Amino acid sequence: MTVISAPSFAELSQDEIAAIRRDFPILGSQVNGHPLVYLDSGATSQKPRVVIDTEREYYERENAAVHRGAHTLAALATERFEDARATVARFIGAHDDEIVWTSNATEGLNLVAYAIGNATAGRGGDAAKRFRLVPGDEIVVTEMEHHANLLPWQELAARTGATLRYIPIADDGTLRMEEAQSLVNSRTRILAFTHVSNVLGVINPVSELVALARSVGALVVLDACQSAPHFALNVAELDVDFAAFSGHKMLGPTGVGVLYGRSELLNALPPFLTGGSMITSVTMESAEYLPAPHRFEAGTQRVSQAIALGAAVDYLERIGMPRIAQHEAALGQLLVAGLEAIPGVTVLGPRLGEPRVGLASFDVQGVHSHDLGQFLDDRGIAVRVGHHCAQPLHRRLGVTSSTRASAYLYTTADEVAEFLDGVTAATEFFGVPR
Amino acid sequence: MSSAMESLYQEVILDLSRHPHGRGLEGEANGTSHQVNPTCGDEITLELHLEPGTDRIRSVRWDGHGCAISQASASLFSDLAPGLTTGELGERIAVFRMAMRSHGTIEPDEELLGDAVALGGVSRYVARVKCAMLAWVAGEEAIAAAVPA
Repeated sequence: MTVISAPSFAELSQDEIAAIRRDFPILGSQVNGHPLVYLDSGATSQKPRVVIDTEREYYERENAAVHRGAHTLAALATERFEDARATVARFIGAHDDEIVWTSNATEGLNLVAYAIGNATAGRGGDAAKRFRLVPGDEIVVTEMEHHANLLPWQELAARTGATLRYIPIADDGTLRMEEAQSLVNSRTRILAFTHVSNVLGVINPVSELVALARSVGALVVLDACQSAPHFALNVAELDVDFAAFSGHKMLGPTGVGVLYGRSELLNALPPFLTGGSMITSVTMESAEYLPAPHRFEAGTQRVSQAIALGAAVDYLERIGMPRIAQHEAALGQLLVAGLEAIPGVTVLGPRLGEPRVGLASFDVQGVHSHDLGQFLDDRGIAVRVGHHCAQPLHRRLGVTSSTRASAYLYTTADEVAEFLDGVTAATEFFGVPR
Repeated sequence: MSSAMESLYQEVILDLSRHPHGRGLEGEANGTSHQVNPTCGDEITLELHLEPGTDRIRSVRWDGHGCAISQASASLFSDLAPGLTTGELGERIAVFRMAMRSHGTIEPDEELLGDAVALGGVSRYVARVKCAMLAWVAGEEAIAAAVPA
Protein backbone atom coordinates (compact mmCIF):
# COMPACT_ATOMS: atom_id res chain seq x y z
CA MET A 1 0.00 0.00 0.00
CA THR A 2 1.26 3.42 -0.91
CA VAL A 3 1.55 5.79 1.98
CA ILE A 4 0.88 9.33 0.91
CA SER A 5 3.06 11.52 3.03
CA ALA A 6 1.99 14.96 4.12
CA PRO A 7 3.06 17.64 1.66
CA SER A 8 6.41 19.13 2.57
CA PHE A 9 5.16 22.66 2.11
CA ALA A 10 2.92 24.86 4.20
CA GLU A 11 -0.53 25.56 2.85
CA LEU A 12 -1.43 29.11 1.92
CA SER A 13 -2.55 30.88 5.07
CA GLN A 14 -5.46 33.32 5.16
CA ASP A 15 -2.99 36.15 5.74
CA GLU A 16 -1.01 35.11 2.72
CA ILE A 17 -4.11 34.95 0.55
CA ALA A 18 -5.14 38.38 1.80
CA ALA A 19 -1.68 39.66 0.86
CA ILE A 20 -1.91 38.01 -2.56
CA ARG A 21 -5.32 39.62 -3.12
CA ARG A 22 -3.84 43.07 -2.44
CA ASP A 23 -1.46 42.46 -5.34
CA PHE A 24 -4.42 42.28 -7.74
CA PRO A 25 -5.94 45.74 -8.19
CA ILE A 26 -9.17 44.47 -9.78
CA LEU A 27 -10.02 42.25 -6.81
CA GLY A 28 -10.79 45.32 -4.74
CA SER A 29 -13.48 46.53 -7.13
CA GLN A 30 -17.25 46.61 -6.77
CA VAL A 31 -19.62 45.07 -9.30
CA ASN A 32 -23.32 45.94 -9.22
CA GLY A 33 -22.88 47.33 -5.73
CA HIS A 34 -21.14 44.27 -4.34
CA PRO A 35 -17.47 43.38 -3.84
CA LEU A 36 -16.33 41.43 -6.89
CA VAL A 37 -16.29 37.65 -6.40
CA TYR A 38 -14.27 36.52 -9.39
CA LEU A 39 -14.85 32.84 -10.13
CA ASP A 40 -14.00 32.86 -13.83
CA SER A 41 -10.24 32.34 -13.72
CA GLY A 42 -10.62 29.26 -15.92
CA ALA A 43 -11.59 31.66 -18.71
CA THR A 44 -9.00 34.27 -17.88
CA SER A 45 -7.10 35.07 -14.70
CA GLN A 46 -6.77 38.46 -13.09
CA LYS A 47 -3.36 40.19 -13.16
CA PRO A 48 -1.11 41.19 -10.29
CA ARG A 49 0.26 44.71 -10.27
CA VAL A 50 3.78 43.46 -11.07
CA VAL A 51 2.57 42.06 -14.40
CA ILE A 52 0.72 45.26 -15.30
CA ASP A 53 3.73 47.35 -14.25
CA THR A 54 6.19 45.16 -16.15
CA GLU A 55 4.29 45.64 -19.37
CA ARG A 56 3.87 49.38 -18.84
CA GLU A 57 7.51 49.90 -17.82
CA TYR A 58 8.72 48.02 -20.88
CA TYR A 59 6.88 50.54 -23.05
CA GLU A 60 8.10 53.44 -20.94
CA ARG A 61 11.77 52.47 -20.86
CA GLU A 62 12.80 49.64 -23.17
CA ASN A 63 10.48 49.41 -26.15
CA ALA A 64 12.29 48.48 -29.38
CA ALA A 65 12.18 45.88 -32.14
CA VAL A 66 13.75 42.61 -31.06
CA HIS A 67 16.26 40.53 -33.03
CA ARG A 68 17.10 43.39 -35.37
CA GLY A 69 18.75 46.76 -35.08
CA ALA A 70 22.08 47.56 -33.44
CA HIS A 71 20.98 50.21 -30.99
CA THR A 72 20.98 49.96 -27.22
CA LEU A 73 17.23 49.67 -26.75
CA ALA A 74 16.98 46.95 -29.39
CA ALA A 75 19.62 44.94 -27.56
CA LEU A 76 17.90 45.50 -24.21
CA ALA A 77 14.47 44.54 -25.54
CA THR A 78 15.90 41.41 -27.16
CA GLU A 79 17.56 40.43 -23.91
CA ARG A 80 14.37 40.88 -21.90
CA PHE A 81 12.36 38.97 -24.52
CA GLU A 82 14.78 36.03 -24.49
CA ASP A 83 15.05 36.11 -20.68
CA ALA A 84 11.28 35.69 -20.52
CA ARG A 85 11.59 32.66 -22.80
CA ALA A 86 14.18 31.18 -20.45
CA THR A 87 11.90 31.84 -17.47
CA VAL A 88 9.00 30.02 -19.10
CA ALA A 89 11.30 27.19 -20.22
CA ARG A 90 12.54 26.66 -16.68
CA PHE A 91 8.96 26.85 -15.38
CA ILE A 92 7.93 23.78 -17.42
CA GLY A 93 11.23 21.89 -17.49
CA ALA A 94 12.10 22.65 -21.12
CA HIS A 95 15.12 24.07 -22.95
CA ASP A 96 14.95 27.68 -24.11
CA ASP A 97 14.90 26.73 -27.78
CA GLU A 98 11.87 24.51 -27.18
CA ILE A 99 9.64 27.47 -26.30
CA VAL A 100 7.77 29.12 -29.17
CA TRP A 101 5.81 32.30 -28.47
CA THR A 102 2.30 32.22 -29.86
CA SER A 103 -0.76 34.43 -29.41
CA ASN A 104 -2.47 31.85 -27.22
CA ALA A 105 -2.89 28.10 -26.83
CA THR A 106 -5.29 27.99 -29.77
CA GLU A 107 -2.59 29.35 -32.06
CA GLY A 108 -0.04 26.91 -30.62
CA LEU A 109 -2.26 23.91 -31.35
CA ASN A 110 -3.05 25.23 -34.81
CA LEU A 111 0.65 25.78 -35.42
CA VAL A 112 1.36 22.09 -34.83
CA ALA A 113 -1.60 20.96 -36.93
CA TYR A 114 -0.82 23.31 -39.82
CA ALA A 115 2.89 22.52 -39.77
CA ILE A 116 2.04 18.81 -40.00
CA GLY A 117 -0.33 19.69 -42.84
CA ASN A 118 2.49 21.54 -44.58
CA ALA A 119 4.76 18.51 -44.11
CA THR A 120 2.02 16.35 -45.62
CA ALA A 121 1.93 18.71 -48.61
CA GLY A 122 5.64 17.96 -49.12
CA ARG A 123 7.12 21.01 -47.41
CA GLY A 124 10.10 20.70 -45.08
CA GLY A 125 12.12 18.25 -47.15
CA ASP A 126 13.34 14.89 -45.93
CA ALA A 127 13.42 16.00 -42.29
CA ALA A 128 9.65 16.54 -42.35
CA LYS A 129 8.78 13.20 -43.96
CA ARG A 130 8.16 11.67 -40.54
CA PHE A 131 5.15 13.97 -40.08
CA ARG A 132 3.42 13.20 -43.38
CA LEU A 133 -0.12 11.87 -43.05
CA VAL A 134 -1.80 9.59 -45.57
CA PRO A 135 -5.40 8.35 -45.82
CA GLY A 136 -5.78 5.55 -43.32
CA ASP A 137 -3.67 7.31 -40.70
CA GLU A 138 -5.53 8.22 -37.55
CA ILE A 139 -5.52 11.20 -35.20
CA VAL A 140 -6.93 10.48 -31.76
CA VAL A 141 -8.39 13.11 -29.41
CA THR A 142 -10.79 12.80 -26.48
CA GLU A 143 -14.49 13.50 -26.12
CA MET A 144 -13.79 16.21 -23.52
CA GLU A 145 -11.62 18.46 -25.69
CA HIS A 146 -12.05 22.22 -25.82
CA HIS A 147 -12.82 23.17 -29.42
CA ALA A 148 -9.25 24.53 -29.62
CA ASN A 149 -7.87 21.01 -29.37
CA LEU A 150 -10.55 19.46 -31.55
CA LEU A 151 -11.10 21.68 -34.58
CA PRO A 152 -7.42 21.96 -35.66
CA TRP A 153 -7.34 18.14 -35.80
CA GLN A 154 -10.72 17.91 -37.54
CA GLU A 155 -9.39 20.30 -40.16
CA LEU A 156 -6.05 18.51 -40.47
CA ALA A 157 -7.87 15.20 -40.97
CA ALA A 158 -10.10 16.79 -43.61
CA ARG A 159 -7.08 18.23 -45.46
CA THR A 160 -4.98 15.08 -45.39
CA GLY A 161 -7.50 12.24 -45.60
CA ALA A 162 -6.57 11.01 -42.13
CA THR A 163 -9.34 9.84 -39.82
CA LEU A 164 -10.18 11.57 -36.54
CA ARG A 165 -11.17 9.31 -33.66
CA TYR A 166 -11.82 10.03 -30.03
CA ILE A 167 -11.52 8.39 -26.64
CA PRO A 168 -14.97 8.50 -25.02
CA ILE A 169 -15.61 9.50 -21.43
CA ALA A 170 -17.43 7.66 -18.67
CA ASP A 171 -20.35 9.28 -16.84
CA ASP A 172 -18.04 10.59 -14.12
CA GLY A 173 -16.02 12.48 -16.73
CA THR A 174 -12.96 10.23 -16.68
CA LEU A 175 -11.56 8.82 -19.92
CA ARG A 176 -12.54 5.27 -20.79
CA MET A 177 -8.98 4.01 -20.77
CA GLU A 178 -9.97 0.45 -21.70
CA GLU A 179 -11.26 1.85 -25.00
CA ALA A 180 -8.17 3.98 -25.39
CA GLN A 181 -6.13 0.76 -25.51
CA SER A 182 -7.73 -0.24 -28.83
CA LEU A 183 -8.32 3.28 -30.19
CA VAL A 184 -4.62 4.03 -30.05
CA ASN A 185 -3.16 1.50 -32.48
CA SER A 186 -0.69 1.11 -35.32
CA ARG A 187 -2.68 3.56 -37.48
CA THR A 188 -2.45 6.31 -34.83
CA ARG A 189 -0.05 9.10 -35.78
CA ILE A 190 -1.10 11.80 -33.34
CA LEU A 191 -2.62 11.60 -29.87
CA ALA A 192 -3.86 15.03 -28.76
CA PHE A 193 -5.56 15.48 -25.41
CA THR A 194 -6.15 17.95 -22.65
CA HIS A 195 -4.23 17.65 -19.40
CA VAL A 196 -7.17 19.03 -17.39
CA SER A 197 -10.71 19.43 -18.69
CA ASN A 198 -11.86 23.06 -18.68
CA VAL A 199 -15.40 21.84 -17.91
CA LEU A 200 -15.00 18.76 -15.73
CA GLY A 201 -11.88 19.72 -13.80
CA VAL A 202 -10.72 16.14 -14.20
CA ILE A 203 -6.96 15.51 -14.48
CA ASN A 204 -6.21 13.06 -17.27
CA PRO A 205 -3.69 10.21 -16.85
CA VAL A 206 -0.90 11.69 -18.96
CA SER A 207 1.64 8.94 -18.31
CA GLU A 208 -0.76 6.15 -19.34
CA LEU A 209 -1.75 8.02 -22.49
CA VAL A 210 1.86 8.83 -23.36
CA ALA A 211 2.79 5.16 -22.87
CA LEU A 212 0.02 4.16 -25.30
CA ALA A 213 1.23 6.70 -27.86
CA ARG A 214 4.88 5.66 -27.46
CA SER A 215 3.99 2.00 -27.94
CA VAL A 216 2.70 2.83 -31.45
CA GLY A 217 5.10 5.65 -32.30
CA ALA A 218 2.43 8.39 -32.28
CA LEU A 219 3.16 12.05 -31.49
CA VAL A 220 1.72 13.38 -28.24
CA VAL A 221 0.18 16.86 -28.15
CA LEU A 222 -0.89 18.14 -24.74
CA ASP A 223 -3.35 20.96 -24.17
CA ALA A 224 -1.94 22.38 -20.93
CA CYS A 225 -4.24 25.42 -20.72
CA GLN A 226 -5.86 24.35 -17.47
CA SER A 227 -2.80 22.67 -15.95
CA ALA A 228 0.19 24.97 -16.49
CA PRO A 229 -1.44 27.83 -14.53
CA HIS A 230 -2.51 25.63 -11.63
CA PHE A 231 0.12 23.04 -10.76
CA ALA A 232 3.77 22.29 -11.35
CA LEU A 233 4.26 20.98 -14.85
CA ASN A 234 7.38 19.33 -16.24
CA VAL A 235 7.15 18.52 -19.93
CA ALA A 236 10.34 16.42 -19.86
CA GLU A 237 8.97 14.24 -17.07
CA LEU A 238 5.57 14.02 -18.76
CA ASP A 239 7.45 13.02 -21.94
CA VAL A 240 5.03 14.81 -24.28
CA ASP A 241 6.11 15.99 -27.73
CA PHE A 242 4.17 19.25 -27.78
CA ALA A 243 2.32 21.23 -25.14
CA ALA A 244 0.37 24.47 -25.51
CA PHE A 245 -0.93 26.97 -22.98
CA SER A 246 -2.06 30.59 -22.75
CA GLY A 247 -0.44 33.42 -20.81
CA HIS A 248 -3.65 35.17 -19.84
CA LYS A 249 -4.90 32.19 -17.83
CA MET A 250 -1.76 32.28 -15.62
CA LEU A 251 -1.65 35.90 -14.49
CA GLY A 252 -0.06 37.08 -17.74
CA PRO A 253 -1.44 39.46 -20.35
CA THR A 254 -3.64 38.52 -23.28
CA GLY A 255 -1.97 38.09 -26.65
CA VAL A 256 0.78 35.72 -25.58
CA GLY A 257 0.83 31.96 -25.38
CA VAL A 258 3.43 29.23 -25.29
CA LEU A 259 4.03 26.22 -27.48
CA TYR A 260 6.50 23.73 -26.16
CA GLY A 261 7.94 21.32 -28.70
CA ARG A 262 10.67 18.74 -28.38
CA SER A 263 13.72 20.34 -30.00
CA GLU A 264 14.34 17.67 -32.66
CA LEU A 265 10.68 17.81 -33.69
CA LEU A 266 10.44 21.60 -33.88
CA ASN A 267 13.58 21.68 -36.02
CA ALA A 268 12.17 19.06 -38.39
CA LEU A 269 8.76 20.70 -38.80
CA PRO A 270 8.19 23.14 -41.66
CA PRO A 271 6.98 26.57 -40.58
CA PHE A 272 3.34 27.56 -40.18
CA LEU A 273 3.35 31.35 -40.57
CA THR A 274 6.06 32.74 -42.81
CA GLY A 275 7.48 36.24 -43.25
CA GLY A 276 9.95 38.53 -41.56
CA SER A 277 12.50 37.45 -38.94
CA MET A 278 12.24 33.69 -39.37
CA ILE A 279 14.64 33.14 -42.29
CA THR A 280 18.34 32.71 -43.00
CA SER A 281 18.21 33.57 -46.70
CA VAL A 282 15.52 34.47 -49.19
CA THR A 283 15.50 34.59 -52.98
CA MET A 284 12.57 35.40 -55.25
CA GLU A 285 11.99 31.65 -55.63
CA SER A 286 12.54 30.14 -52.17
CA ALA A 287 13.76 30.57 -48.62
CA GLU A 288 15.80 28.86 -45.92
CA TYR A 289 14.43 29.02 -42.42
CA LEU A 290 16.00 29.60 -39.04
CA PRO A 291 16.13 26.78 -36.50
CA ALA A 292 13.43 26.61 -33.85
CA PRO A 293 12.03 28.48 -32.07
CA HIS A 294 12.56 31.43 -34.41
CA ARG A 295 11.34 29.62 -37.51
CA PHE A 296 7.89 29.70 -35.90
CA GLU A 297 7.99 33.37 -34.93
CA ALA A 298 7.30 35.25 -38.13
CA GLY A 299 6.77 38.98 -38.01
CA THR A 300 6.95 41.38 -35.10
CA GLN A 301 6.55 39.50 -31.86
CA ARG A 302 4.40 40.15 -28.77
CA VAL A 303 7.39 41.47 -26.86
CA SER A 304 5.73 43.34 -24.00
CA GLN A 305 3.34 40.47 -23.36
CA ALA A 306 6.11 37.86 -23.32
CA ILE A 307 8.13 39.90 -20.83
CA ALA A 308 5.05 40.43 -18.66
CA LEU A 309 4.31 36.69 -18.82
CA GLY A 310 7.83 36.16 -17.49
CA ALA A 311 6.91 38.40 -14.54
CA ALA A 312 3.73 36.36 -14.03
CA VAL A 313 5.75 33.14 -13.90
CA ASP A 314 8.14 34.70 -11.38
CA TYR A 315 5.14 35.69 -9.26
CA LEU A 316 3.67 32.16 -9.36
CA GLU A 317 7.03 30.59 -8.52
CA ARG A 318 7.57 32.91 -5.57
CA ILE A 319 4.41 31.54 -4.01
CA GLY A 320 5.11 28.02 -5.24
CA MET A 321 3.08 25.93 -7.64
CA PRO A 322 2.58 23.00 -5.21
CA ARG A 323 1.04 25.34 -2.65
CA ILE A 324 -1.17 26.96 -5.28
CA ALA A 325 -2.30 23.51 -6.43
CA GLN A 326 -3.10 22.44 -2.89
CA HIS A 327 -5.12 25.61 -2.22
CA GLU A 328 -7.11 25.20 -5.42
CA ALA A 329 -7.73 21.48 -4.92
CA ALA A 330 -9.26 22.28 -1.53
CA LEU A 331 -11.47 24.95 -3.10
CA GLY A 332 -12.50 22.48 -5.82
CA GLN A 333 -13.73 20.05 -3.17
CA LEU A 334 -15.52 22.88 -1.31
CA LEU A 335 -17.29 23.82 -4.52
CA VAL A 336 -18.42 20.26 -5.21
CA ALA A 337 -19.51 19.59 -1.63
CA GLY A 338 -21.52 22.82 -1.52
CA LEU A 339 -23.10 22.42 -4.94
CA GLU A 340 -24.11 18.80 -4.40
CA ALA A 341 -25.98 19.87 -1.26
CA ILE A 342 -28.23 22.27 -3.22
CA PRO A 343 -31.48 20.66 -4.45
CA GLY A 344 -31.69 20.44 -8.23
CA VAL A 345 -27.94 20.85 -8.79
CA THR A 346 -25.92 18.25 -10.68
CA VAL A 347 -22.14 18.64 -10.72
CA LEU A 348 -20.43 17.53 -13.94
CA GLY A 349 -17.30 15.43 -13.68
CA PRO A 350 -15.62 13.74 -10.73
CA ARG A 351 -17.64 13.20 -7.56
CA LEU A 352 -16.76 14.65 -4.18
CA GLY A 353 -13.43 13.34 -2.95
CA GLU A 354 -12.20 12.39 -6.43
CA PRO A 355 -9.26 14.38 -7.81
CA ARG A 356 -10.18 17.63 -9.54
CA VAL A 357 -8.65 21.06 -9.90
CA GLY A 358 -10.24 24.18 -8.44
CA LEU A 359 -13.23 24.37 -10.70
CA ALA A 360 -16.72 22.91 -10.91
CA SER A 361 -19.30 23.02 -13.69
CA PHE A 362 -22.87 22.16 -12.94
CA ASP A 363 -26.40 22.02 -14.23
CA VAL A 364 -29.40 23.29 -12.29
CA GLN A 365 -32.64 21.54 -13.11
CA GLY A 366 -35.08 24.03 -14.59
CA VAL A 367 -32.65 26.98 -14.52
CA HIS A 368 -30.74 27.94 -17.64
CA SER A 369 -27.06 28.77 -17.11
CA HIS A 370 -27.48 32.26 -18.61
CA ASP A 371 -30.22 33.11 -16.14
CA LEU A 372 -28.13 31.77 -13.28
CA GLY A 373 -25.08 33.71 -14.45
CA GLN A 374 -27.17 36.89 -14.68
CA PHE A 375 -28.53 36.34 -11.18
CA LEU A 376 -25.05 35.80 -9.74
CA ASP A 377 -23.67 38.82 -11.60
CA ASP A 378 -26.31 40.93 -9.88
CA ARG A 379 -24.53 39.96 -6.65
CA GLY A 380 -21.10 40.76 -8.05
CA ILE A 381 -20.26 37.10 -8.64
CA ALA A 382 -18.57 36.35 -11.97
CA VAL A 383 -18.93 32.83 -13.38
CA ARG A 384 -18.80 31.33 -16.85
CA VAL A 385 -22.00 30.14 -18.51
CA GLY A 386 -22.68 28.34 -21.76
CA HIS A 387 -20.92 25.38 -23.37
CA HIS A 388 -17.39 26.59 -22.50
CA CYS A 389 -16.21 25.80 -26.05
CA ALA A 390 -16.90 22.11 -25.47
CA GLN A 391 -20.15 21.36 -27.28
CA PRO A 392 -19.49 17.64 -27.90
CA LEU A 393 -18.74 17.15 -24.20
CA HIS A 394 -21.97 18.87 -23.13
CA ARG A 395 -23.93 16.83 -25.67
CA ARG A 396 -22.38 13.65 -24.24
CA LEU A 397 -23.42 14.72 -20.73
CA GLY A 398 -26.96 15.44 -21.94
CA VAL A 399 -26.94 19.18 -21.27
CA THR A 400 -26.85 22.14 -23.67
CA SER A 401 -24.92 24.36 -21.33
CA SER A 402 -23.58 24.57 -17.81
CA THR A 403 -22.38 27.08 -15.25
CA ARG A 404 -18.74 26.99 -14.18
CA ALA A 405 -17.09 28.43 -11.09
CA SER A 406 -13.29 28.38 -11.34
CA ALA A 407 -10.83 29.41 -8.65
CA TYR A 408 -7.23 30.54 -8.57
CA LEU A 409 -4.60 31.32 -5.98
CA TYR A 410 -6.45 34.50 -4.93
CA THR A 411 -9.82 32.81 -4.40
CA THR A 412 -11.01 32.46 -0.80
CA ALA A 413 -13.29 29.96 0.91
CA ASP A 414 -15.54 32.90 1.83
CA GLU A 415 -15.99 33.67 -1.85
CA VAL A 416 -16.96 30.06 -2.50
CA ALA A 417 -19.52 30.34 0.33
CA GLU A 418 -20.97 33.53 -1.18
CA PHE A 419 -21.21 31.84 -4.54
CA LEU A 420 -23.01 28.85 -3.01
CA ASP A 421 -25.45 31.20 -1.26
CA GLY A 422 -26.07 32.86 -4.61
CA VAL A 423 -26.79 29.56 -6.35
CA THR A 424 -29.20 28.59 -3.57
CA ALA A 425 -31.00 31.94 -3.83
CA ALA A 426 -31.20 31.54 -7.62
CA THR A 427 -32.85 28.14 -7.36
CA GLU A 428 -35.48 29.75 -5.12
CA PHE A 429 -35.92 32.79 -7.39
CA PHE A 430 -36.33 30.73 -10.55
CA GLY A 431 -38.44 28.14 -8.72
CA VAL A 432 -36.52 24.94 -9.18
CA PRO A 433 -38.89 21.98 -9.07
CA ARG A 434 -38.19 19.89 -5.97
CA MET B 1 -33.98 40.44 -4.32
CA SER B 2 -32.48 43.39 -6.12
CA SER B 3 -34.79 45.62 -8.11
CA ALA B 4 -32.55 45.08 -11.15
CA MET B 5 -33.27 41.35 -11.07
CA GLU B 6 -36.98 41.96 -10.51
CA SER B 7 -37.26 44.33 -13.44
CA LEU B 8 -35.32 41.99 -15.72
CA TYR B 9 -37.17 38.86 -14.62
CA GLN B 10 -40.70 40.18 -14.25
CA GLU B 11 -43.24 37.72 -12.95
CA VAL B 12 -44.78 37.32 -16.41
CA ILE B 13 -41.39 36.25 -17.77
CA LEU B 14 -40.81 33.68 -15.04
CA ASP B 15 -44.38 32.37 -15.45
CA LEU B 16 -44.07 32.03 -19.21
CA SER B 17 -40.69 30.31 -18.95
CA ARG B 18 -42.38 27.65 -16.81
CA HIS B 19 -45.71 27.58 -18.70
CA PRO B 20 -45.01 28.59 -22.29
CA HIS B 21 -47.57 29.72 -24.88
CA GLY B 22 -47.55 28.53 -28.47
CA ARG B 23 -45.11 25.75 -27.81
CA GLY B 24 -45.22 22.65 -30.00
CA LEU B 25 -44.92 22.48 -33.77
CA GLU B 26 -47.88 21.60 -36.02
CA GLY B 27 -46.17 21.15 -39.39
CA GLU B 28 -47.47 22.32 -42.79
CA ALA B 29 -46.62 25.91 -41.94
CA ASN B 30 -46.59 28.73 -44.48
CA GLY B 31 -43.14 29.72 -43.28
CA THR B 32 -40.60 28.29 -40.84
CA SER B 33 -37.27 29.31 -39.41
CA HIS B 34 -34.60 27.73 -37.24
CA GLN B 35 -32.35 30.02 -35.22
CA VAL B 36 -29.40 29.24 -32.98
CA ASN B 37 -27.64 31.45 -30.46
CA PRO B 38 -24.04 30.25 -30.88
CA THR B 39 -22.82 31.65 -27.58
CA CYS B 40 -25.07 29.40 -25.51
CA GLY B 41 -26.38 26.79 -27.96
CA ASP B 42 -29.99 27.89 -27.44
CA GLU B 43 -32.23 27.23 -30.40
CA ILE B 44 -35.72 27.72 -31.68
CA THR B 45 -37.77 26.41 -34.56
CA LEU B 46 -40.71 28.65 -35.37
CA GLU B 47 -43.73 28.11 -37.64
CA LEU B 48 -45.91 30.80 -39.14
CA HIS B 49 -49.47 29.71 -40.00
CA LEU B 50 -51.60 32.04 -42.17
CA GLU B 51 -55.37 32.24 -42.67
CA PRO B 52 -56.00 30.50 -46.00
CA GLY B 53 -55.53 32.75 -49.02
CA THR B 54 -54.44 35.79 -46.97
CA ASP B 55 -51.35 37.28 -45.41
CA ARG B 56 -53.12 37.37 -42.02
CA ILE B 57 -51.51 35.28 -39.27
CA ARG B 58 -53.59 32.53 -37.74
CA SER B 59 -50.94 31.31 -35.30
CA VAL B 60 -47.27 31.09 -34.46
CA ARG B 61 -45.98 27.80 -33.09
CA TRP B 62 -42.49 27.15 -31.84
CA ASP B 63 -40.25 24.63 -30.16
CA GLY B 64 -36.79 24.93 -28.70
CA HIS B 65 -34.82 25.36 -25.56
CA GLY B 66 -33.08 28.24 -23.88
CA CYS B 67 -32.98 30.65 -20.99
CA ALA B 68 -36.03 32.13 -19.26
CA ILE B 69 -35.78 35.27 -21.38
CA SER B 70 -35.63 33.48 -24.74
CA GLN B 71 -38.43 31.11 -23.75
CA ALA B 72 -40.70 33.86 -22.44
CA SER B 73 -39.93 35.96 -25.49
CA ALA B 74 -41.04 33.16 -27.82
CA SER B 75 -44.30 32.87 -25.86
CA LEU B 76 -44.89 36.61 -26.00
CA PHE B 77 -44.19 36.65 -29.73
CA SER B 78 -46.66 33.84 -30.34
CA ASP B 79 -49.26 35.77 -28.27
CA LEU B 80 -48.71 38.95 -30.27
CA ALA B 81 -48.81 37.60 -33.81
CA PRO B 82 -52.32 36.15 -34.37
CA GLY B 83 -54.66 38.49 -36.26
CA LEU B 84 -51.88 40.69 -37.62
CA THR B 85 -50.84 40.69 -41.26
CA THR B 86 -47.28 39.64 -41.98
CA GLY B 87 -46.52 43.27 -42.84
CA GLU B 88 -47.88 44.49 -39.51
CA LEU B 89 -45.96 41.86 -37.58
CA GLY B 90 -42.80 42.77 -39.50
CA GLU B 91 -43.20 46.39 -38.38
CA ARG B 92 -43.63 45.34 -34.76
CA ILE B 93 -40.53 43.16 -34.94
CA ALA B 94 -38.66 46.28 -36.08
CA VAL B 95 -40.09 48.30 -33.17
CA PHE B 96 -39.15 45.56 -30.72
CA ARG B 97 -35.63 45.35 -32.12
CA MET B 98 -35.14 49.08 -31.80
CA ALA B 99 -36.20 48.99 -28.14
CA MET B 100 -33.96 45.98 -27.44
CA ARG B 101 -30.93 47.69 -28.96
CA SER B 102 -31.52 50.95 -27.13
CA HIS B 103 -29.45 50.18 -23.98
CA GLY B 104 -32.50 50.98 -21.90
CA THR B 105 -33.17 54.37 -23.53
CA ILE B 106 -36.38 53.39 -25.40
CA GLU B 107 -39.35 52.02 -23.49
CA PRO B 108 -41.14 49.49 -25.68
CA ASP B 109 -44.53 50.68 -26.98
CA GLU B 110 -47.31 48.75 -25.25
CA GLU B 111 -49.88 49.59 -27.94
CA LEU B 112 -47.77 47.86 -30.56
CA LEU B 113 -46.10 45.16 -28.52
CA GLY B 114 -48.67 44.24 -25.86
CA ASP B 115 -47.36 42.06 -23.05
CA ALA B 116 -43.96 41.84 -24.75
CA VAL B 117 -43.13 45.17 -23.10
CA ALA B 118 -42.26 43.00 -20.09
CA LEU B 119 -39.00 42.32 -21.94
CA GLY B 120 -38.07 46.02 -21.87
CA GLY B 121 -35.60 45.51 -19.02
CA VAL B 122 -33.49 43.21 -21.20
CA SER B 123 -32.22 46.11 -23.29
CA ARG B 124 -29.98 47.23 -20.41
CA TYR B 125 -28.16 43.88 -20.57
CA VAL B 126 -26.33 43.85 -23.90
CA ALA B 127 -25.35 40.19 -23.54
CA ARG B 128 -29.00 39.16 -23.19
CA VAL B 129 -30.52 41.07 -26.12
CA LYS B 130 -29.82 38.09 -28.38
CA CYS B 131 -31.83 35.89 -26.01
CA ALA B 132 -34.84 38.18 -26.26
CA MET B 133 -34.47 38.59 -30.03
CA LEU B 134 -34.13 34.89 -30.91
CA ALA B 135 -37.84 34.21 -31.52
CA TRP B 136 -38.39 37.56 -33.20
CA VAL B 137 -35.53 36.97 -35.64
CA ALA B 138 -37.02 33.55 -36.34
CA GLY B 139 -40.41 35.24 -36.92
CA GLU B 140 -38.85 37.72 -39.30
CA GLU B 141 -37.24 34.94 -41.31
CA ALA B 142 -40.46 32.89 -41.32
CA ILE B 143 -42.34 35.92 -42.70
CA ALA B 144 -39.74 36.35 -45.43
CA ALA B 145 -40.01 32.67 -46.31
CA ALA B 146 -43.83 32.53 -46.10
CA VAL B 147 -45.79 31.31 -49.09
CA PRO B 148 -49.58 31.81 -49.02
CA ALA B 149 -51.64 28.69 -48.46
